[in-house]
Amino acid sequence: MNRPIRVLIAKPGLDGHDRGAKVIARALRDAGMEVIYTGLRQTPEQIVAAAVQEDVDVVAMSLLSGAHNYLFPKVAELLKEQGVDDVLVIGGGVIPNEDIQGLKDAGISEIFTPGTPTSLTIDFIKNNLKRQIP
Amino acid sequence: MIYSQLIEKMLTGDKRACAKLITAVENEPDKAEKIIREIHQYTGNAHIIGITGPPGAGKSTLTDKIVKALINAGNKVGVIAIDPTSPYSGGSILGDRIRMQDIALNPDVFIRSMGTRGYLGGLSKHTKSALKVLDAAGYNYIIIETVGVGQSEVDIVKIADTILMVMVPGLGDDIQSIKAGIMEIGDIFAINKSDLFGADRTAVEVNMMLDLTMDMDRRPPVVKVVAVKNEGIDNLINEVKEHMKYLKESGKFEERRKKNLKLEVVELIEEELRKIVISHTDSENKLDGEVIEILNKNKNAYEVRDEFLKTIK
Repeated sequence: MNRPIRVLIAKPGLDGHDRGAKVIARALRDAGMEVIYTGLRQTPEQIVAAAVQEDVDVVAMSLLSGAHNYLFPKVAELLKEQGVDDVLVIGGGVIPNEDIQGLKDAGISEIFTPGTPTSLTIDFIKNNLKRQIP
Repeated sequence: MIYSQLIEKMLTGDKRACAKLITAVENEPDKAEKIIREIHQYTGNAHIIGITGPPGAGKSTLTDKIVKALINAGNKVGVIAIDPTSPYSGGSILGDRIRMQDIALNPDVFIRSMGTRGYLGGLSKHTKSALKVLDAAGYNYIIIETVGVGQSEVDIVKIADTILMVMVPGLGDDIQSIKAGIMEIGDIFAINKSDLFGADRTAVEVNMMLDLTMDMDRRPPVVKVVAVKNEGIDNLINEVKEHMKYLKESGKFEERRKKNLKLEVVELIEEELRKIVISHTDSENKLDGEVIEILNKNKNAYEVRDEFLKTIK
C-alpha cells in the first residue's frame, strides 16, 4: 500500500462525549492512517459532505446518546443517494447488542462496542476496505 | 481512460469527481501527470491565499471566517488544510476541518485536508497539484492553510499570491521578529486573539521590524483581529483584495507567477534527472560498497561522486 488509509471520524447528533472518538483517532493515527476528525454535533448531511470532499476510505461514527438507530442508517442512506459505494461505514459507542443486526442491514459493516481492543478495529478496517489502495 | 470522465464531471461542478481527482494527483504520479496535463488550460484563474503562522495562532478559525465573508460576497472558495504527519507511524490527525463545520455544507465551498507525509516546508508535496484541480473546478479563491510553522517553513511562498501571516500576542520579542524566515514572507500580518494582553505590543514589534526593512515596494499592513468573535475580518478581506490589486497594477502578480512556474519546471526536471541517474548507475548496490570505502578513509565522498558521474557521461 503506498498511501495511508483515510478515515473520517464523526460524532453525529447531539452527543458530547468524545473521548471514545479521540481514543480511536489516536489509535488509527498510530496505525499509520490519516484521520479526519470532524468533531461534535455533526448532521448526517455534514458527515456525508465531508466524506465526499475528503474522498475517505472509511466513515467511522461514534455515538453514546442512543440515537444510533436513526443517525447511523441516515448517513448510510445519504452516502448511497450520492452514489458513494466504495466507502466502508462502521460505528461504535453505546449500542445495545439487539440493535447491531438492524444497523448492519442498513449498511453499517460493523459495530464496535465499549471494551473492543483498538487493534480489532484497525484490523477490521484493513481487511474490509471497499476500494483497492494502489 | 476513466480520468477523462472524472475531469469532465469536475469541470461541471461535481464535488465527488473533484475529490477523486485530488486523491489521484496526491497518490499516483503517473495519473497525476496525465490529469494535470489535461486540466492545465482551465487553471490560472484563482486568487491563491496562503495562511501561515505558528501552531495555535488560529489559522483554521480565521480561515473559516474569511471563507464565510468571501462566500457572502458571491465567491466560490476552495480550502486545502494541511496538518503534520507522524514521522513514526506515517499517520496523522487532520483536524483543521473541525473549525469549519458550518461552511462544509455550502455548495460554493470545498475543503480538503492533507497530511504533510514527510514533506518539510509547511505543505504537502502535492499541495500544488491539488490546488490545480480546485482551480480548474472553478473555485476563484483558494486558501492554503499550512501546518503550524516555526521559522523556516516557507514553501508557501512558491504557491500563494497573497501570504497572510497569522500571529498571536506573547510569542517573542522584537529580536524574534527581525529573524529571517517566515517574518519575511508575509504580505499581510494578522494579529489574532488581539483581545489578549500584549496584542498592541506585538503590533508595535511587527511595525518596528517593518520600519527596519529596506527595499520595500509595499509595506505589509498589520491588522488586528479576533477570529473567534468574527472581529476585524472585513478589514482583513479588504487588505487581501488591496494586495491583489497592488500585485496586478505593479506587474508583480505576473512576476511571481512566472518565478513560481520556473521553480516548478526546474523541480520536475531535477526529479527526472535523479531517476535517470539512479537507474543508470545501479547505485543502490554499488553505493553500499563505496560507503564502506569512505568510512575506511580510502575514498572521500567527492571522489565517489566524480566516479559515479563519469559512468553516466
